Amino acid sequence: MEHIRMPKVENVRLLDRLSSRRAVVGTLYLTATHVIFVENGSETRKETWVLHSQISSIEKQATTATGCPLLIRCKNFQVIQLVIPQERDCHDVYISLIRLARPVKYEELYCFSFNPKLDKEEREQGWKLVDLNEEYNRMGVPNNYWQISDVNRDYGVCDSYPTEIYVPKSATAHIIVGSSKFRSRRRFPALSYYCKGNNASICRSSQPLSGFSARCLEDEQMLQAIRKANPGSDFIYVVDTRPKLNAMANRAAGKGYENEDNYSNIKFQFIGIENIHVMRNSLQKMLEVCELKSPSMSDFLWGLENSGWLKHIKAIMDAGIFIAKAVAEEGVSVLVHCSDGWDRTAQVCSVASLLLDPYYRTMKGFMVLIEKDWVSFGHKFNHRYGNLDGDPKEISPVIDQFIECVWQLMEQFPCAFEFNERFLIHIQHHIYSCQFGNFLCNSQKERRELKIKERTYSLWAHLWKNRADYLNPLYRSDHSQSQGTLHPQIAPCNFLYKFWSGMYNRFEKGLHPRQSVTDYLMAVKEETQQLEEELEVLQERLANLQKSQSGNNKVKSKQQDRSKQFGLYTSNNSLANTPQEYSNDLKSFPSRSPSQGDEDSALILTQDNLKSSDPDLSANSDQESGVEDLSCRSPSGGGCLPSEDSGKDSDEAVFLAG
Amino acid sequence: MEFAELIKTPRADNVVLHCPFHLAVEGTLCLTGHHLIFSSRRQDNAEELWLLHSNIDSIDKRFVGSLGTIVIKCKDLRIIQLDIPGMEECLNIASSIEALSTLDSVTLMYPFFYRPMFEVLEDGWSSFLLEQEFELLSSVTNEWRLSCVNKDFSVCPSYPPVVIVPKSIDDEALRKVALFRHGGRFPMLSYYHKKNGMVMMRSSQPLTGTNGRRCKEDEKLVNATLRSGRRGFVIDTRPLNVAQQARAKGGGFEQEVHYPQWRRIHKYIERFNILQESFIKLVEACNDQSHNMDRWLSKLEASNWLTHIKELLTTACLAAQCIDRESASVLVHGSEGTDSTLQVTSLAQIILDPRCRTIRGFEALIVREWLQAGHPFQQRCAQSAYSNSKQKWEAPVFLLFLECVWQIHRQFPCSFEFNEQFLIMLFEHAYASQFGTFLGNNENERAKLKLPQKTMSLWSWVNRPEELSRFQNPIYEANSLVIWPSVAPQSLQLWEGVFLRWNRPSKFLEEAEKERINIIKYNKELQARVNALRRRLAELEVNDAVQE
Repeated sequence: MEHIRMPKVENVRLLDRLSSRRAVVGTLYLTATHVIFVENGSETRKETWVLHSQISSIEKQATTATGCPLLIRCKNFQVIQLVIPQERDCHDVYISLIRLARPVKYEELYCFSFNPKLDKEEREQGWKLVDLNEEYNRMGVPNNYWQISDVNRDYGVCDSYPTEIYVPKSATAHIIVGSSKFRSRRRFPALSYYCKGNNASICRSSQPLSGFSARCLEDEQMLQAIRKANPGSDFIYVVDTRPKLNAMANRAAGKGYENEDNYSNIKFQFIGIENIHVMRNSLQKMLEVCELKSPSMSDFLWGLENSGWLKHIKAIMDAGIFIAKAVAEEGVSVLVHCSDGWDRTAQVCSVASLLLDPYYRTMKGFMVLIEKDWVSFGHKFNHRYGNLDGDPKEISPVIDQFIECVWQLMEQFPCAFEFNERFLIHIQHHIYSCQFGNFLCNSQKERRELKIKERTYSLWAHLWKNRADYLNPLYRSDHSQSQGTLHPQIAPCNFLYKFWSGMYNRFEKGLHPRQSVTDYLMAVKEETQQLEEELEVLQERLANLQKSQSGNNKVKSKQQDRSKQFGLYTSNNSLANTPQEYSNDLKSFPSRSPSQGDEDSALILTQDNLKSSDPDLSANSDQESGVEDLSCRSPSGGGCLPSEDSGKDSDEAVFLAG
Repeated sequence: MEFAELIKTPRADNVVLHCPFHLAVEGTLCLTGHHLIFSSRRQDNAEELWLLHSNIDSIDKRFVGSLGTIVIKCKDLRIIQLDIPGMEECLNIASSIEALSTLDSVTLMYPFFYRPMFEVLEDGWSSFLLEQEFELLSSVTNEWRLSCVNKDFSVCPSYPPVVIVPKSIDDEALRKVALFRHGGRFPMLSYYHKKNGMVMMRSSQPLTGTNGRRCKEDEKLVNATLRSGRRGFVIDTRPLNVAQQARAKGGGFEQEVHYPQWRRIHKYIERFNILQESFIKLVEACNDQSHNMDRWLSKLEASNWLTHIKELLTTACLAAQCIDRESASVLVHGSEGTDSTLQVTSLAQIILDPRCRTIRGFEALIVREWLQAGHPFQQRCAQSAYSNSKQKWEAPVFLLFLECVWQIHRQFPCSFEFNEQFLIMLFEHAYASQFGTFLGNNENERAKLKLPQKTMSLWSWVNRPEELSRFQNPIYEANSLVIWPSVAPQSLQLWEGVFLRWNRPSKFLEEAEKERINIIKYNKELQARVNALRRRLAELEVNDAVQE
């Protein structure tokens, strides 16, 4: 690989972010797709794999006596601190990574070399798992009011829209094309969600090019058509998800928002979600808080407030709640837009759909939802998540915010979702990993040109194959929470928005609960299933035996001993759990008294052994562990990180580049 | 005294009750000596409210025309509103409630009148005796003894009549040490760590004063807990400057010169009015219905509540770490040794001792480390977060402890035999109860009030199988290890179960808990059925073989 100046560096130290004194020495490898750190030490040889596409920044810090520090921040919130002995090596690694982390063409991305060893047919099947045609049919369209339009069949009207689009029946091609000319990037109003029960719908578009006074007859007819498609209601809401000030500023540029005087029967509403730049800075600030070394509670809460992150999450949620309420309770259709209609609009439409329709709270439904509101409607994955080297100002955690909204809802409605937190975390991971083709490019048109489906694999099939790992054990499809619309509370004192440490401190396992209720219950449910099967077998045998005894005809089956399996979650007390640094006093304490010299050094050593923040470093050896390793219970290794999965799945050898 | 004198209007009709997340209901309000009772006319009896007067923290009244409204704020943080037609009725009822909820004599409290409707299987007053604890201790070590030096509460009025002390220290020495410790609270055994024989002692501050008084017996007593050549840690729950200031008032701390084998660590655990203020601010934030996220977070931060949680947990972890990891004995004290000291010693035991994470073990811990140890429940829990009075004795010390247990529970959800409801129940009963357990400030007062004879123990009720089943954690699996919680801010959360309890719809969370119980229950049923079938089959097959 021409970009790898330094394929292998030895005696590199991997630091623990929470304590600089806890470090492991190992070898660093750069391959075409991964950065790999392999710990020295014959027994464990723990490996840390980081995909190049996960790297968000690399920082070379001032050389110290021990070497040259290199800080790698990842898009999945992993932070890796390395110290490389030689400055020159460090520089080479740095220069190589800078290039590797910023590929310039799609072909460099991992999904084009990733090979999960599926044959062509399996790959094609994988791509068919999520079918949007099927989804629109499930919603109940086409019907008397809605029809599929082929006006965009070769992306002639709007190159960031899909080819197949649902529009009101009364909207002729003329109206659609006319309306598209009056909308930013020609993103005309199209159906996002249709509510079978009452004909109300959620439509989406970009902002109108109204300026201070411009109007467009076809666009007005388009909105009329949307209203008419819901005969029970005499108006529609037009929801502009931007803050009013932003929308007004857009008018000066010949864009803007609908004038209620020009459109008959609309109710116009601003919602006030900030733009991608504000969100990017907000996340940055929150991550700085996450990275603080032993922050006080005040530092943390103040930093969290100051970042504004939860405020933005709440704004998105509130918008979704407003729309869901309009559709479900008032039976009124809603047209949602922001500026271009591909960021805030996608967030808000998908939150509203999730609240309205229990199907989207199932595993399959959630995949469909992302495919519908994000992938097909041209959310710019490549720009927002920086898959290819591009304008850093285009990067913003838009879908991350949606994923967090889902998590916040899961916390409030623990039985309402078929999937668990891990599902969300793994989806977030793969949006950045580029291991699967789903989220490549900025639009359906670009993906078709790249022949994504022929050349890469689908994430959905991969997740579906491992769905047992992603199940929420509390979900039951007949539960009240799994049916109908969810009605979350709005005020923070009623709906506690929490900091999501499972995501933003994902790799600091020491900060998370040491026992997982979800994993525990999943293991119990799996055992239950085995018991059910065994019960059936036993009953059958009993029946046979009774029959054969009465017929005096003896056929014996061998006694199956499955008792071992029943012990499956009682004996795994291996996950280490050691105390954290609870006091700085202990460190400074030893005023060494001569008779107790050994005692003192033992004290210092113990400090060095406090490694609770890294579960892997402290794995297995510590008898004083507080907990059994619940993740081991998950039969298919649910505790594995996707990055490690990819390492195992791929043909990539560690020494490939060497 | 007759309660009837205080009840000016015993009953009012057409009263409307408003509770958050419930539709307003109309019904009849009755006042009795100890209860406020509201009952709707519905057949199903679902709309009944029984509220202990002693649970009422404050009441406000206001009028619109002749319609009066009383807002009742309870010690369990609930707020209810009653609309009462008729100005006179409303005023009468309000003043009656005020009088009945602020009775100053303990013997007029409900526990002295309460007659249980259940059969007492086990008298809770004698469920947790120190003698039993000592017996357990004696099975692993013979270095300790039971002392009755305080049998008439003369040596230390806030200590129980029997205490566990080092065998080598006689009663005479204990009397001398008591004179050297604030309130007579000499160092006594709090916890013995079986794994390595290290101990945790607790006491009050030594009375060194400005001229550095010392007490040889005190030094001998604390040193008696050390193995030869080993060291110990004194965890002082006050910062150094506060401890130094205490000397001017006759208090102080152990000085290095006199306690050379001991190292002092000063931590900072807030007490009294600062905690109370923090509690009031937090509850105010939780009742703020504003939709503004910034405001919520800044109020949460300004309350400092989670800071107190973090500090307390950190100190408890430190104490546990000294014992388990450094193999050192620990002495914990602050000033009086009745508040922050007990928080630290009891939390350290939760971390170290699996027994304290069982229901009975936790009850025993509360009896030993809080009730017998002389935490002044009556003073601390006289008022809750809605109180307007500026008395300086109230403080949510016990609630803070319970919340820390909850924080650890959240991080180790499978390691506790009890569930969150158990902790919430204890919070409620500490502030208002039909049981006598939390009355009085120490064993001395309880004995004088004859509580064991005249009132029912909370434990008599809780430990009945019917009640216990509500408090059991379905996913409990005994964990014999030390559990080290994370004290990072990211790992600590607001205790919604207490602070947002009345402000959030509980239905979904209850459904989740029910589902958890179902999953476990179904699994156990299946196991039983499979095992029964297996036995049956084995028998049949044996019979088969015999026939052959």
